[in-house]
Amino acid sequence: MSSAVLWELAGQFFVLSLLSIGGANAVIPEIQLRVVETKHWMTDADFAQLFALSQAAPGPNVLIVSLVGWKVAGVLGGVLAMVAMSGPSSMLTYAVAHAWERFRDAPWRIAVQRAIAPVTVGLILASGYVLTRTADHTWGAYAVTAATLLVVLRTTVHPLWMLGAAALLGALGWV
Amino acid sequence: MNEPSPESAATPPAAPVSIGALFFGFLKVGLSGFGGVMPFARRMIVEERRWLTEAEFLDVLSLSQFLPGPNIVNVSVIIGRRFHGPSGSVAAAAGLMLMPLVIVLVLATVYAQYAQLPAVRNALAGMSASASGLIVATAIKLARPVRGSIWQIAVCAAVFAAIALGRVSLLWVLLVACPLSFALAWRTRR
Repeated sequence: MSSAVLWELAGQFFVLSLLSIGGANAVIPEIQLRVVETKHWMTDADFAQLFALSQAAPGPNVLIVSLVGWKVAGVLGGVLAMVAMSGPSSMLTYAVAHAWERFRDAPWRIAVQRAIAPVTVGLILASGYVLTRTADHTWGAYAVTAATLLVVLRTTVHPLWMLGAAALLGALGWV
Repeated sequence: MNEPSPESAATPPAAPVSIGALFFGFLKVGLSGFGGVMPFARRMIVEERRWLTEAEFLDVLSLSQFLPGPNIVNVSVIIGRRFHGPSGSVAAAAGLMLMPLVIVLVLATVYAQYAQLPAVRNALAGMSASASGLIVATAIKLARPVRGSIWQIAVCAAVFAAIALGRVSLLWVLLVACPLSFALAWRTRR
């Protein structure tokens, strides 16, 4: 593995770290734009599969980042991508945490919270749309997406059951 | 790192939390959930170990959500900082990410061994379709508090259209949407 690719990978996620308002789920379209369309590190199908794998492992949803790193540059790439994605934002968070506590009731702080909420929701909705467009190419796939959505919104069934059922349907060739 | 402040004077001082407790507390959180672990973090921090009160946790959570970065990593950084400064933040964040990172990389390596089998590829395709539905559901749940105001719905729709339909770069979307949204929030403040 050439070190040039590792630097490139770290650089991409270093920037994404500071753009990821709303967390990892909010930057899925931007990650896909960079790694599939700009860098050509993988195909759309690869990206959708890595996302599915990241959902099947325990832990925070930022794991998609380490799988992208792994696909590009192996285990070292996976660790590096995660560190790059978490480092800059963590340092920023560390730096402003105290000020945030001091201005608990400041009007600007309340306005900031009300301002960020719709941006975050718009970004995550866009992630859902882009992932659906990337992952679903058959009516069966759209049906699985819609069924998962309904079950998660209407019932208390654990999402892992939906992923498991979808994997089974897929293995049987029905998706 | 516990500087005195009016807020911390009002609440009882937190019991000493060791670096090891931070590491192992967040280690457990990292292993708890699938596709997001925040509910488990709240349970560990507020209910089980009582590191923070419910109100303090919500405060930490709101900051974590508004700053860039994985929200749960930001929570670990703030809580680690509160008890042990930089080394506390590193211990908490490392504890949080260690096992999920190991597990997902092992999973990926095993997957790569069998990826050429049609049944495995098809199973992953099924899971991809389902995982997309999970994210849409997450967004719809988060949208509930936003539905009350016209300008918030408008900002949300504009951000969605720019990213999903226009495929505009995230940097430009944020540079326009964040100041605009703040101006609207400021004008309509109560």
